[in-house]
Amino acid sequence: MVSSQLAWTALFSPLGACIIITLFFLRSKLLSSLTAIGGILISFVCCLLMFIQIYNVHPPLEFQHSISWIRFDGLTIDLGVLVNPLAIMMLLIVTGVGSAIFIYSRGYMKDDPSMPRFFAYLSLFAFSMIGIVLSNNFIQLFMFWELVGLSSYLLIGFWYEKPSAADAGVKAFIVNRVADFGFLCGILFLWSLSGATGLRSFNFTDLASTISTIDPNMLNIAGLLIFCGVVGKSAQVPLHVWLADAMEGPTPVSALIHAATMVAAGIYLLARTFFLFEPLTGALTVIAYVGAGTALIAATLAVVENDIKRILAYSTLSQLGLMVMAVGLSGPMQGMFHLTTHAFFKALLFLGAGSVIYALHHEQNIWKMQGLLKQMPITGWTFVLGTLALCGIFPLSGFFSKDEILALAFEHNGLLYVVASLTSLLTSFYMGRLLWVAFWGQPNAHDKHPAHESPAVMTLPLIFLAILTVTGGFLGIPHFLYPEHEHIKLNIRVAMISSIVAVLGLAISYALYGKRPKQDPLTTKLGFFYTVLKNKYYFDEIYGWYVNTVQQNFAKMMAWMEEIFIVRFGVHGLTGIAKTSGDTLRRLQTGIVQFYALTFVLGTIVIFFFMVNKL
Amino acid sequence: MPAVALIAITLVSKEKSNLIRQIANTGIFLSLLLSGYVFVNYNHVQGGFQFVEQIPWVIPFGISYHLGIDGINSVLVLLLGISSFAATLVSKNIKDRVKEYYILLLLIVLGTYGAFLSVDIFFFYFFHEIAAVPTFLMMSLWGSGRKDYGAMKLMLYLTAGASIALVGLIALYCHVGLNSFNLIEIQQYLATNPLPVHVQYWIFPLIVLGFGITLTLWPFYTWAPVGYATAPTAVSMLHAGVLKKLGAYAILRFAILLMPQAAAVWMPVVAILAILNILYCGLIALVQRDIKYLLGYSSCSHMGYVLLGLACINVIGLNGVVALMFAHGILASLGFALIGFVSDQTQTRNLDELGGIAKRMPFIATCFSMMALASAGVPGFANFVGEIMVLIGSWDAYRWQTVLAVLGIVLGAVYMLKTIRLGFQGPMNAKWAKLSDAQTITEKLPFVLLLAALIAVGCWPSFILRNIDSGIKPLSQQIQKSLNQP
Repeated sequence: MVSSQLAWTALFSPLGACIIITLFFLRSKLLSSLTAIGGILISFVCCLLMFIQIYNVHPPLEFQHSISWIRFDGLTIDLGVLVNPLAIMMLLIVTGVGSAIFIYSRGYMKDDPSMPRFFAYLSLFAFSMIGIVLSNNFIQLFMFWELVGLSSYLLIGFWYEKPSAADAGVKAFIVNRVADFGFLCGILFLWSLSGATGLRSFNFTDLASTISTIDPNMLNIAGLLIFCGVVGKSAQVPLHVWLADAMEGPTPVSALIHAATMVAAGIYLLARTFFLFEPLTGALTVIAYVGAGTALIAATLAVVENDIKRILAYSTLSQLGLMVMAVGLSGPMQGMFHLTTHAFFKALLFLGAGSVIYALHHEQNIWKMQGLLKQMPITGWTFVLGTLALCGIFPLSGFFSKDEILALAFEHNGLLYVVASLTSLLTSFYMGRLLWVAFWGQPNAHDKHPAHESPAVMTLPLIFLAILTVTGGFLGIPHFLYPEHEHIKLNIRVAMISSIVAVLGLAISYALYGKRPKQDPLTTKLGFFYTVLKNKYYFDEIYGWYVNTVQQNFAKMMAWMEEIFIVRFGVHGLTGIAKTSGDTLRRLQTGIVQFYALTFVLGTIVIFFFMVNKL
Repeated sequence: MPAVALIAITLVSKEKSNLIRQIANTGIFLSLLLSGYVFVNYNHVQGGFQFVEQIPWVIPFGISYHLGIDGINSVLVLLLGISSFAATLVSKNIKDRVKEYYILLLLIVLGTYGAFLSVDIFFFYFFHEIAAVPTFLMMSLWGSGRKDYGAMKLMLYLTAGASIALVGLIALYCHVGLNSFNLIEIQQYLATNPLPVHVQYWIFPLIVLGFGITLTLWPFYTWAPVGYATAPTAVSMLHAGVLKKLGAYAILRFAILLMPQAAAVWMPVVAILAILNILYCGLIALVQRDIKYLLGYSSCSHMGYVLLGLACINVIGLNGVVALMFAHGILASLGFALIGFVSDQTQTRNLDELGGIAKRMPFIATCFSMMALASAGVPGFANFVGEIMVLIGSWDAYRWQTVLAVLGIVLGAVYMLKTIRLGFQGPMNAKWAKLSDAQTITEKLPFVLLLAALIAVGCWPSFILRNIDSGIKPLSQQIQKSLNQP
């Protein structure tokens, strides 16, 4: 099969699954889940085939295929696919990790009566996400960008009867919409700039060839506007507030969408359109600092969190921050490498957390968990592997990718290197805290319902992801992505320091939590700072104040002005006149509907004739 | 022509309500088929007016009954076909004065068909009035709430608008001096002999203002929310969905096309009003508690995009406008149909009283969510296509206005998601435990049909765009040519 056909098949098979489930299988748990899993597996196979075709071809193969979607004078919008090593890598993550999570969901959701709906949404998500990866122009990308936002909204609010879940879905969608406001303006701006020498275009390859003709100052603005979209989707400060709340969704969703793939779409976008950002030193500096800020802020928030999924969510934020920082330091390769390994181990951690939550009947507070390693050995040990990878312990995949980023920062910007290292320290501290409190030590002997290991349909995906987590550093991913790239040799000094930092973080957390205290000693140790962290630096309060007080009152004022000025003076004045005349005309009212109609029609004709004659 | 079939049905229908209902359904269905046929068979490569039918009527004034289809109205006729069929289907709950109800409903549909199809300016106006009059009557007879106030307000505004527009049209007729109401002739004549600029300058605003009132131009929109809220479901559907579009259609056909020089001068003003439409009405929608009012304000807000697209007078924008007219027509019909269904069951439309009803009516809730998302501009639905084209079209001419219009999309998402959240999600209010969903195929059909149209056009816009473009392209070339003339 030709590669472009493979790409189209990979794109549309999850959509097909979604449609089939919606139309036929909304009542059957078995058939719906099998259809969805079949859909994503077909995509996965297609991606593997494309990978085989493209692997080891030099120079790296790149191909495009478009069909026109809207086309007339002055405007061309295509639907197309643009396949290159970067896209293949991302596709393999989406469909590979996706397949594991789809299968896992079959077990996790088995008691939920709405399982078919769940799989329909999940397939819709897979379709939209693959669409983002394959898009060859900005408008198509924006469409799929919105569609992943939509499926994220649907899946976060999947248990819509629960107010907190429904609210979280709305919050996620709206925060992303705010970001997309900038993104869309940026796309339109870039489009109008691209016509400097020839035809305007949304297409990536066209843009890449015309980029040098554009005024760099304008391009900086456009680039930053497009980066707004990234800030929303990849949950960077200050629009990070939706991601932690998004944990209201079912855990497989958190693993797939809010850890491995969708939130990484921002970094992927930056890497894919890096031709645009490469010459923009101004924009890149902003990007790097936003990323670093997010990394640090989110890491501090994870330290005081008690909900297992929220800890992982803040950790995701923080790692996304590191990736964004890497791109900002002109290292899309480093960013994408970390994105890949992060997808493996973070999906693993989330699925592990899901397995725990499933075993504990939806308990998510780590202080109510104890000694899980003994009770759930597979979940427990794969979770340990994921944790170590996240901390960056040699030789797990996280070590290699994080080290690349740290080395990059070390070479370019000392301040950012310090921030990144501090983030690593905090990362291993809060992950250690989670590990010691929930997994280490002895199970609670008085527990009436001790936790049991989850079924194979859930543990097999864990093992699959654990294998990837361990081997991810050795697969030659950076070389596949950027074969022409000069690789920084493993920087021994940076590697040593980062390893020491990681171990140090784990050690400090062991000192505090190794004995499994009954409650968090940090509450007293951090004092005032603890309150600030617990309230997440008051971001939610500030936004809440804006939405509920400023915006709502402004809207109310508008409505009130409308009532007073436009309706009362404008309209009621008119109505007064009309009423007086209406009273005199009342005698004509006969009550026969047809009579009114007839009179009116005749009347118009008569009036018209008079007017025409007079003129 | 569909119009002829409708007249026959209106006259035939008598006595038994069931029979009337069936006749009306069949009649409207036949005209849907006819409009579908016309739409599909319109030759978009050839362009121009096709399926022309002309009967001279008042020869001294050059008035003739003259119908024809070009790329633009073929799409709008299809819109009307779909909406009117859906509107007739949801009317089955009317128990009172069934015969009058259907006669008036058919009269609205007939008038609207006539107006869209007319190539003769006189007949356009005539049919436009035929469509407008029955709405007042239907509102006061089958409406709800403050129906007299609503009907009166709507009537006053629309009549005022229509008279202003009429003055404009007659002035146009006299100044052209061709002694003909034939749009094609006038168009060809003006292409070579444009009206003197100072004449254009005062006729143009009359027509735009007159028809702008129909199109809820800011600040003349206050009739719409209250009118739609009090009107019976089918009337809200047809009025918000289709009749309103007559205003935009008329502005496009009679104002912009015939007086391009004046358009170039006046349209920046319209663009600013358009932004007020989008943001101001959007903000007001944010604080509404009654879903029908909310939809009414949201509809005014969407008209801002139509106005913005009209204001940019270029191929992309005008194509976008027609696509958006189609999309919003379907969307508005769907929205009012759904809320009509909900309030028939619950006797309330208040967001504070509803809540969690998705549990009891999953089908309706799904449709409503899709409608709300389409309205919020999610891709995959037709509205996104229209909006993005308008935004692309207006970017060059009105940079800041476009940025504000994009902001309007954020607002749209806020109030629509809030509505879903408060109305359909969350824990169920115990008193709704006995609600029932749409069950039979006839109950579901209108919603499915409208949604299918939204999604089909959203996924494959060329389906309507190739017709629209064949209508817009020659027009915009002509406009450009006359604008370039000294």
